[in-house]
Amino acid sequence: MNSAETPLHKVRGMGSAHSGTGHFWHERVTSVALIPLSLWFGYAMLGLAGTSEVTALQFLTHPWNAILMGAFVVFSLWHAYLGLQVVVDDYIHTAGSKIFLMLTIRFSVIAVTATCLFAIVRIAIG
Amino acid sequence: MADNPQKPVASTRPLSPHLTIYRWPVTMATSITHRATGVGLSVGAVILAWWLVSISNGPEGWQSFHALSDTPIGLLVVFGLTWSLVYHFLNGIRHLAWDLGYGFEKNLAERNSMMILVGSVVIAVALFALAWTGHGGYLR
Ligand code: HEM
Repeated sequence: MNSAETPLHKVRGMGSAHSGTGHFWHERVTSVALIPLSLWFGYAMLGLAGTSEVTALQFLTHPWNAILMGAFVVFSLWHAYLGLQVVVDDYIHTAGSKIFLMLTIRFSVIAVTATCLFAIVRIAIG
Repeated sequence: MADNPQKPVASTRPLSPHLTIYRWPVTMATSITHRATGVGLSVGAVILAWWLVSISNGPEGWQSFHALSDTPIGLLVVFGLTWSLVYHFLNGIRHLAWDLGYGFEKNLAERNSMMILVGSVVIAVALFALAWTGHGGYLR
């Protein structure tokens, strides 16, 4: 109550998470981006259903499709990274397991994203 | 490290609220399902990576992927991921509406919970039906 701290300064301390509302905000931004991207992804998957070995290859060779697939991958995995952190935060209460799981998630997400992007580029440049 | 403040002290006093004896409202079911589908889709991202890599390996790579994905278990996994994405998509939009302050009325929330649960199954089945009846594959 009798604090000389201004409300802004209190906010700059950014609470117990030390990162303010950044995590929350990025989760929402990635969610909004994923709405059109998932619709495109669904359109692409249904359009490739039951086709033969060259269709998917040719489809992803088209620059727009490669870019959209790349965007779907990046936003999905970024969004999943933030979401999985919340799940770990909610259920794991010992520091050791928490750090271990957070690092596992981080490395896995980076590895999966890099693998997807490499494959997309490899397909696109033939 | 300080002791975990949530760890209960051994006590003979009755606990309140008694979480386990409440009837499950449908909104609780939709909430945990959002989490389950989110985690499921995260695992699905590994399958997406595998699919892309197999395509990048040329026709034989594509065949090696489909040799597994076209089995009954493979199709079950693909169906699970399809339903998860549809469900998470619909409920995710509802989450965003909540974030903007809309849709908290109890009856409304219960009604659209049921709509999302049933609707996601209907849409996922419809997508598979379209693929099976030859209405997919239009990118050929
Ligand atoms: C289709 C578009 C999508 C939308 C609109 C969406 C929306 C959301 C929203 C709003 C949340 C936060 C829920 C909360 O506040 O508790 C969330 C959580 C989550 N999402 Fe998504 N999402 C989408 C796609 C995805 C995809 C593709 C994945 C995985 C690759 C994913 C994985 C997760 C995970 C792991 C969580 C955390 C679940 C939790 O904390 O209970 N989402 N999603």
